[in-house]
Amino acid sequence: MDTQAKKVQSFFSRNAIYIVLIALIVIIAIYDPRFLSVTTIRDILLQSSTRAIIALGAAFVLITGGTDLSAGRVVGLTAVISASMLQVQDYPRRFFPDLPELPLWVPIVLAILAGLIVGLINGIIVAKFSVPPFIATLGTMVAVLGANSIYFDMKPNESQPIGGLRSDFTTLGSGSIGSGPYSIPYIVIIAIVIALIVWVIFNKTRIGKNMYAIGGNIQAATVSGINVARNLIYIYAIAGALYGLAGVLESARTGGATNNYGNMYELDAIAACVVGGVSTSGGIGTVPGVLAGVLIFGVINYGLTFIGVNPYWQLIIKGLIIVAAVAFDIRKYLAKK
Amino acid sequence: MAEHPYLLEMNNISKEFPGVKALDDVTLKVRPGTVHALMGENGAGKSTLMKCLFGIYKPDAGEIFINGQKVEINNSKAALGHGISMIHQELHPVPHRSVMENVWLGRFPLKGIGPFRFVDHKKMYRDTEALLKRLEIDCKPDTIVGSLSVSKIQSIEIAKAVSYNSKIIVMDEPTSSLTGNEVEHLFKIIDSLKKQGVSIIYISHKMEEILRISDDVTIMRDGKYIGTWPASELTTDLIISRMVGRDLTQRYPERTNVPGDVILKVEGLTSPISKSFKDISFELRKGEILGIGGLVGAQRTELIEALFGLRAIQSGTISINGKPVKIKSPEDAKKHKMALLTEERRVTGIFPVLSVLENTAIANISNYEKPYLLLDEKKRREDAIKSIEMFRVKTPSYKALIRNLSGGNQQKVLLARWLLTEPDILMLDEPTRGIDVGAKYEIYTIIADLAKQGKSIIMISSEMPELLGMSDRIMVMSEGRLTGILDGKSATEEKVMRLAAQMA
Repeated sequence: MDTQAKKVQSFFSRNAIYIVLIALIVIIAIYDPRFLSVTTIRDILLQSSTRAIIALGAAFVLITGGTDLSAGRVVGLTAVISASMLQVQDYPRRFFPDLPELPLWVPIVLAILAGLIVGLINGIIVAKFSVPPFIATLGTMVAVLGANSIYFDMKPNESQPIGGLRSDFTTLGSGSIGSGPYSIPYIVIIAIVIALIVWVIFNKTRIGKNMYAIGGNIQAATVSGINVARNLIYIYAIAGALYGLAGVLESARTGGATNNYGNMYELDAIAACVVGGVSTSGGIGTVPGVLAGVLIFGVINYGLTFIGVNPYWQLIIKGLIIVAAVAFDIRKYLAKK
Repeated sequence: MAEHPYLLEMNNISKEFPGVKALDDVTLKVRPGTVHALMGENGAGKSTLMKCLFGIYKPDAGEIFINGQKVEINNSKAALGHGISMIHQELHPVPHRSVMENVWLGRFPLKGIGPFRFVDHKKMYRDTEALLKRLEIDCKPDTIVGSLSVSKIQSIEIAKAVSYNSKIIVMDEPTSSLTGNEVEHLFKIIDSLKKQGVSIIYISHKMEEILRISDDVTIMRDGKYIGTWPASELTTDLIISRMVGRDLTQRYPERTNVPGDVILKVEGLTSPISKSFKDISFELRKGEILGIGGLVGAQRTELIEALFGLRAIQSGTISINGKPVKIKSPEDAKKHKMALLTEERRVTGIFPVLSVLENTAIANISNYEKPYLLLDEKKRREDAIKSIEMFRVKTPSYKALIRNLSGGNQQKVLLARWLLTEPDILMLDEPTRGIDVGAKYEIYTIIADLAKQGKSIIMISSEMPELLGMSDRIMVMSEGRLTGILDGKSATEEKVMRLAAQMA
């Protein structure tokens, strides 16, 4: 092969994820040109926003060479916590009947803190007790569901879906700057801001550099004088806080919460990361990649429904994409013939 | 089978990678029943040539003949079918299984009929026993491989190769982790293989070994074939000058460092592990190169890893500049201006999937902290690039992944990494292991230069000439004990060996 062809091949293999994303949009648009509308794009971004925040959290952990199964249940926990404290005063079935109206930020911060604490616990179990991340976060995933369900089952709520949320809170999830199809939802703006912050952490901070180093070779990281345990604990905590924020936004977006919120979101997040080029063996992954991974699933979910593909077939297509993306990506790292 | 003058011929092999001509018209002709040394600096193309032999790479041009028959080898299984096998530098046995299961892995003898066929353990045991006996390997077939020494595991790998009826066995740096006695045993096995008509392609950087055991020597340089000579016509200097294409009048740089005051004082250092180091006391001076000699198992690595906070200490004290210090982690060690270049570059040194830049600028990251947890990326990059250039690291760009660099260049990156932390005490564990001659000399120059600048250096080395050529003083260990400290100028190979072999 001449060098020109090699260059083209290398361009395709480096940008495969973005090419797939564009190809998907093009294919769906050929099928039904109405797909290419401002409304569609707005809807896909809206639906992808919380997913993106969860996936970015999961990316932290995946890049260290770990994994985090607790993400979805943390989303459920923090959705319930924030919703339980943000009901309107005259709602008949309030979670805390006598709770005065709190400033909006108080429940939100508490919910994010709850996520951060679960992350801290994950980090401590992984870093201090050397439990493999899969098992550690499997444990917290189950336990967090239990804790959330106990909270959710407290009197007088007794496992009723939490509704009647304050409008200042729901605006956060469903409102937007401007109006009509060209408006920009707050939640999309929040996701973009979070993505920018995460990009800065990945690329411009010590913890980001340490994250790539730990995932790249944990032993070399130790020898290089990186405090691996401390960094891992911080990283799991940051991830937990991001899931926490996502839970708050899910509750604001949907105007309610139950203890089953966020179920299986961790798998969607991991899938998006992996499709976006994050290596499950650690050390590799970028923010644009993760976002593209999330958008691919957003486009599939929305687009395939848009053109009327049976939802069960959609699952099969998603499964194929996950496996194919990794099979393709891994070729970059195999010895070349 | 008609005897052909050459068991293996690789004729006019060429292989090009984007931007690099890795092999340019290379020829290798191996006579039956001989040891054929393949020599060249790292990056000369030895591994690429071997990968072509095993079908891991497909050569762009050239032909391979076995016993005069042209063959096409597309994968390592096909190579095995043609009687070619390889003993890798790093061994990959299945550690929790027995010796015999490792030898017959994937082709266990079976007994029984139809679908009811089971592994015939008795036959496997007998066959393995016979095989080990034939090669004079002292080991029981049902021993668990994980419990054996590296040398034994290597012998078992060789036995496995023989069990495939291999006619050509490639050995890549087979002695790099063996002690003197183990090397002797390996040479005995090689001798008996030769008698059975097996040819060995022997890849090594150790001149003394090559000259002793090989019949023919093929030398490569920069992907080109330089020539093949009978070993009897070669000397170390001749080989080196052909490998590097210039005459090295001196293998070690002139040192002008002057040791000053004591910087590090170690007293009675003892490991909690009973087999490990015991009661070690020594001093290191400013601007001094202190060599540590000893055989494998002398616990030298364990000692300096303990100094660096990677291993626990039961008792004893460490003082730096007269003040007692507690070093519990590499992070502490770094605060006390210590640096450690580990022995296992690939395992504990490099971050394979990260760039040369990130690999260089990871240990000194705290120098670039700005407010709000940010880093001064611009300065960090500039400093890293400066030191990459200073060490003349050969890399297509500082963004290239470090795993694509040769061993010598990886080592230079690691040295650059630690020097960016501005250490006072630099501990080097086998700093030139698996590195080619040219790069070795460059690393020696760097070490000598650092000592001259007043850095104190502790250097573990298993290569006697290196130890003698580079050290101001040589501390010798045996089985965890310090058996003597010699003056570098008056030390001889014999004196060091005597101390190293002394029972503690």
